[in-house]
Amino acid sequence: MASKSQSLFQPALVSEAVKQAFVKLDPRIMFRNPVMFTVEIGTVVMLLVTLGLLVQPDAAQGSFGYNFTVFLVLFLTLLFANFAEAIAEARGKAQAESLRKTREETPARVIDDKGNVTSVSSSQLQKGQMFLVEAGEIIPTDGEIIEGLATIDESAITGESAPVIREAGGDKSSVTGGTKVLSDRIKVVVTTAPGESFLDKMIALVEGASRQKTPNEIALTILLAGFTLVFVIVCVTLAPFADYSKTPIAISAFIALFVCLIPTTIGGLLSAIGIAGMDRALRANVITKSGKAVETAGDIDVLLLDKTGTITIGNRKATHFWPAPGVDEREFIEFAAVSSLTDETPEGKSIVELAREKQVDPQALRSRLDGAELIKFTAETRSSGVTLANGTRIRKGASDAIRQLAVKANQPYPQEVTQRTDAVASNGGTPLVVSENDRVLGVVELQDIIKPGIQERFERLRKMGIKTVMVTGDNPLTAKFIAEKSGVDDFIAEAKPEDKMTYIRNEQQQGKLVAMMGDGTNDAPALAQADVGVAMNSGTQAAKEAGNMVDLDNDPTKLIEIVEIGKQLLMTRGTLTTFSIANDVAKYFAIVPALFMVAVPALGALNIMGLKSPQSAILSAVIFNAIIIPVLVPLALRGVAYKPIGASALLRRNLLIYGLGGVIVPFIGIKLIDLVVGAFL
Amino acid sequence: MNSELLGIIGIYLLTLVLAIPLGRYLARVFKGEKNALDFLAPVENGLFRLAGIDSKRDMTWQQHMTTLLTINLVWFLLAMVVLCTQGALPLNPDGNPSMTPDLAFNTAISFLVNCNLQHYSGESGLSYLSQMVVITFLQFVSAATGIAAAVVVINALQTRTTEKLGNFYEYFVKSITRLLLPGSLILALILVFNGSPMTLQGKQQLITVQGDSVAVSRGPVAAMVAIKELGTNGGGFFGANSAHPLENPNYLTNAAENIALTIIPIAMVFALGFYLKRRRLSLMIFGVMTVGFMVLLAPTVYYEMHGNPAISHMGIDQSLGALEGKEMRFGVVASAYWSITNTIISCGSVNSMHDSFMPISGMSQLLGMMTNAFYGGCGVGLLNFFAYLIIAVFVAGLMVGRTPEFLGKKIEAREMKIAIIVTLLHPLLILAGTALAAHTYVGNPTEYAGWLANPGYHGFSEMLYEYTSAAANNGSGFEGLGDNTPFWNITTGVILLLSRYLPIIGPVAIAGLLARKKYTPEGAGTLPADTATFGVMVLAVIVIIAALAFFPALALGPLAEHFSLY
Repeated sequence: MASKSQSLFQPALVSEAVKQAFVKLDPRIMFRNPVMFTVEIGTVVMLLVTLGLLVQPDAAQGSFGYNFTVFLVLFLTLLFANFAEAIAEARGKAQAESLRKTREETPARVIDDKGNVTSVSSSQLQKGQMFLVEAGEIIPTDGEIIEGLATIDESAITGESAPVIREAGGDKSSVTGGTKVLSDRIKVVVTTAPGESFLDKMIALVEGASRQKTPNEIALTILLAGFTLVFVIVCVTLAPFADYSKTPIAISAFIALFVCLIPTTIGGLLSAIGIAGMDRALRANVITKSGKAVETAGDIDVLLLDKTGTITIGNRKATHFWPAPGVDEREFIEFAAVSSLTDETPEGKSIVELAREKQVDPQALRSRLDGAELIKFTAETRSSGVTLANGTRIRKGASDAIRQLAVKANQPYPQEVTQRTDAVASNGGTPLVVSENDRVLGVVELQDIIKPGIQERFERLRKMGIKTVMVTGDNPLTAKFIAEKSGVDDFIAEAKPEDKMTYIRNEQQQGKLVAMMGDGTNDAPALAQADVGVAMNSGTQAAKEAGNMVDLDNDPTKLIEIVEIGKQLLMTRGTLTTFSIANDVAKYFAIVPALFMVAVPALGALNIMGLKSPQSAILSAVIFNAIIIPVLVPLALRGVAYKPIGASALLRRNLLIYGLGGVIVPFIGIKLIDLVVGAFL
Repeated sequence: MNSELLGIIGIYLLTLVLAIPLGRYLARVFKGEKNALDFLAPVENGLFRLAGIDSKRDMTWQQHMTTLLTINLVWFLLAMVVLCTQGALPLNPDGNPSMTPDLAFNTAISFLVNCNLQHYSGESGLSYLSQMVVITFLQFVSAATGIAAAVVVINALQTRTTEKLGNFYEYFVKSITRLLLPGSLILALILVFNGSPMTLQGKQQLITVQGDSVAVSRGPVAAMVAIKELGTNGGGFFGANSAHPLENPNYLTNAAENIALTIIPIAMVFALGFYLKRRRLSLMIFGVMTVGFMVLLAPTVYYEMHGNPAISHMGIDQSLGALEGKEMRFGVVASAYWSITNTIISCGSVNSMHDSFMPISGMSQLLGMMTNAFYGGCGVGLLNFFAYLIIAVFVAGLMVGRTPEFLGKKIEAREMKIAIIVTLLHPLLILAGTALAAHTYVGNPTEYAGWLANPGYHGFSEMLYEYTSAAANNGSGFEGLGDNTPFWNITTGVILLLSRYLPIIGPVAIAGLLARKKYTPEGAGTLPADTATFGVMVLAVIVIIAALAFFPALALGPLAEHFSLY
């Protein structure tokens, strides 16, 4: 996707966000955020004070210019906070829109029960209607194939250029609006009503109307509201304290103290962080159905992964030729290669490839195929091969399939071959037996190829505290072998869909959170049961409804990314909260001496930053408080980097950076601003 | 001076040496495991049978709290009746009059909530009967109430999902029979042997060295003083509290009393670790509390040892430190140590006048009560710490990218809400009370001139101290404050009630809610709560919440005074 590498601040998005920043000043919207709402009240009070000074100057309140500046800075603080939320929204929306755009206003050929075809715009397609799509056409909306098979280019959605096959029935029957049919013709039933597709739901989530606070966000909001209340108390009680000490405090100083102390930094960035989390998921081509799902992903303890495509490269590869007793190795290899020359499956290709490594030239063998008849693999014969022009039948297939052929033709099936096939299986491989005119020639060993780098990924997950479980249809021996080799913690062999369900339930009973990925209809219950269920976009509608995320790339390793996005989301909230509150120390040392220095000269000793004057100290503090918000927007949008170094080490690291940093940075920042502001006062 | 320092180091180390095995013992007692005092079981069971209590019935956290509040109410009524009629009751050799209802109300509440703010002087205000059945009795049961509540919390933190958190009566009675009574017995004996009176006879007439005839008040002092310290109560038999030679005759009794008042709060921390089999967690909590304690103790000792510069300017020798308001037999260092232990722990007994301490020392005493969780009162210190801990767990959990959990239980909005209310209440009560007093005073300084012995920054500190002491259920006074007026009686009384029960109910409720939740085994991704890193986090939360909220107030009081003085 082109937008993937976009910069954080695209001009178009920024101008939209600036506009929204003003719209969001509406107190009814502001009310959702208690911290910033109190800032808004403070700003209004400052405005009234400033206007009052125009009418009747009051030396106790300071000059009009000074008060107006304080008001302006507070107003900017509000705008900055709104801008942070708006830019996050704008980015998320832009991302979702760019996906949606591809599917708007495509003509659809609707076919009714009687077979009449009418052309309708895609936006008017109703759920349950059927339409036809042929090679070269764009699929108008999400649906399920009910008739036919087609190759489809899904690159518009997934960015993956290799076409995929979708067919009626089975687990690969879903098609996505906006993708292009490359071959054949399919009949599709519409599965979503207009405006209710997952993408539509996601856009609504980002836009805020249906954005609900997650439980975690609620708890954090309570904490921030608590801190705000503490400082309400601090500031309100300060008035009688000051009266007692005969220290007049200007209204602007009260409001500045209050606004600086309450956690405006995190308050202003909180919703932006949440939206950015969903946005990052979307950028990873994952549609989330709720913000909560992303957060939950960060808490996952157990990860169920399908073997094929996740742990192993989708396809097995030939690794060995084992000739039967009495068969010349070279002859066996040549026959095996000939049978595979026209075989376009990855397994077939890998046999040719291995033959070449064994010094058998496939090109030289090609001539033998002149006039040959190709035999395709069928579920019935469970073998494939060629029948050469001279009538020689070369077959390769599962051991029992070839054994049947041999037995039928009264040919021997050597003991050694059986032993070999068993040995291969127990080694995690799949044996293919090759025969010539039903005479058994030998065994080709196919091995699962474990994805390069997968061990490191599992190691990373282990450091995050996540247990990985491989789910495979293989027998326990093979499964165990691959599990050990790839480094997963556990496996479910000969897995039936209900096994996944049982496993998930068991883990959940022990209080663990489980994530899984699935595509088939029979995965749906397990997807629904899992705490985070990621359905592949290519999967059935049932699977997609059951899960709480949809992966547009159909990439099974995506779960790992999703977990990290979830963790980043929580971490960003935590670290910025810490930073925001740690800032208070410096702000106190800026403002408290400024408040009392005139009446209690001894308290000048607290002015450890050596700020120029009380007014410049207060201005510097509020200015720092305001500009730290936009400065941190990129961090809020990108998220704090997650490092799997163990929880304690991570806490130490983040405490140092955001806690200690949060104490030190404002001292420097406020001093620098004071140097500038002081020059003007 | 060095020997004085060695003295307090010795006192502290001895406390630790005693507190650790005591913690192990307490864990066994409250877990119902075999222990040295099991021979008392028939006594306890007899009491339960007499009262018709089934001490094996498990209670939910709500039932625990209902029970706690109910029996507290009964004690309050009992105390009111005795105080209001003591003049006509037996055991009143000095013929002290009955208390007026408002003073009785104040006294009953104050001792009921383990605060022991005293608006009377024991010598003339109480009969021996009142000293025994009201004061001493409440000192036992209020300490046991706090311990029992802390045991409920500890019980709730186990790795299981349940609503059943043991029996309140059992915890409560065992706190007394297995801990407070035997401990008090030992301490009382030490006191008696060192000269504290233990008699029911009235005043003693004697002729002093100067030839004056004086009547010396006495009474069942040793027994009362023992539980005053051990139960972190703090209210003295005599008005002068532990500065009085009959309450605290010499350096040895001073050390013994000081150990007694610190030992249970520290032992409770270790009991938690032994009970839950999480000793590292105990060490973390103990570490945080100790660092907090040392940070407050060090400047106090320093400034007291160096004397008052204003007095030095007058040419008076201060090589023994700032001795104003302190007892020569204890010296400045032991007095400084005493004042800090008594303020971080809500004991509030005094062996010197806090009003006379240097401003920074006064601020340390204030901060000890403002945080109120560095060891803290009997049981309740742990409860206060628990509320801070929950907030720290929440923020730290987020920082490592996981929904925050503590000991395998998820911390969610409800727990946060309660923790926030509990931690917020403390600064609210203190600041609002002080603001009210400051505002009232400013409104009419001449009418209220009697309030403040020293107007100005120090006067502000006096008002701040009074409310801080009340809100922390401490009970010590800065003195120099004319606090026996309706204004102070009423405002501090209200604060006493609010600041006792909400901070008990809140943490127990959090623990009860957590106990009901599903237990998630801790894994590599879970944040361990028993590390030094997490300890730093908890300390930071305590400093930010407790200290930051009070910064402006402290600036106008002790800080302003300090910077004016130096």
